[in-house]
Amino acid sequence: MITGIPIHYFLILATLMFFAGVYGFLTRRNLITVLMSVELILNAVNINFMAFNRYLYPHKMEGMFFSLFVIAVAASEAAVAIAIIINIYRRFSTINVEDAHEMKY
Amino acid sequence: MTSNQLMFILFSAMIVVFSILTVTTRRILRAAAFLLMVLLSTSGLYFMLNYQFMAAVQLTLYAGGIVVLIIFSILLTSHISQKFEPVELKKSIFSALAAVAGAILCILTILDYSFSATTVAAQEVNMKLIGKSLLSVDYDGYVLPFEVISILLLAAMIAAIVVAKKGGPAKTKTPTLN
Repeated sequence: MITGIPIHYFLILATLMFFAGVYGFLTRRNLITVLMSVELILNAVNINFMAFNRYLYPHKMEGMFFSLFVIAVAASEAAVAIAIIINIYRRFSTINVEDAHEMKY
Repeated sequence: MTSNQLMFILFSAMIVVFSILTVTTRRILRAAAFLLMVLLSTSGLYFMLNYQFMAAVQLTLYAGGIVVLIIFSILLTSHISQKFEPVELKKSIFSALAAVAGAILCILTILDYSFSATTVAAQEVNMKLIGKSLLSVDYDGYVLPFEVISILLLAAMIAAIVVAKKGGPAKTKTPTLN
């Protein structure tokens, strides 16, 4: 643990980042910016995992490995999402969530 | 104020400011640049927590991989100088209300809870230990999630190629019936 910094600081920081992501997820209309908000949310959760691991269970490594796997899932999610976004752009010429509302092939 | 606290304040101020800018800026390429700053500051926090491996993974995978992927797709799908129209006032107010209310609720809960400090000696997390635990089948081993995640990455790679591949001629939009 870091001397002089209680665990609450990390948790509050992650909370602020998480809800910034939630705000972006609710207000943004462009698919890529929605994806960026999701990345913010995942990153905030990772900070929580690392802080819990270091402060409460420093003799274990669960939090570290969990955030490692979260990063791997985020990477694969971003790859698939961007492939879908490019396909949507090719079909509708827009990536605005309100214009691309037709799911019919 | 110790240097630790100074660094923490610097990193956390960068994270908060840039994550708010990421979700509010009206130029999409700037949003990607701000997201990059957020991820770099997060990696700094991991260095402070003494998880050098995770900080390196954060730098290479997030800052190096995902942000570059996002920037490429921005360049493929939108004009750089294009600005979004501002969010509707009503929508923005309600979203901000939801976010602020959730944040206040979470922060109050966090401040209310007293985390019991541990007295266990910290374990040195070095590369050798990480590699051994990732491939070990013991109680502390992570070989099953490791294999599952490798299959997931392979599936995601194939799926991304198949989905983004150029198909046949684009279907002309059929007139709707009504």
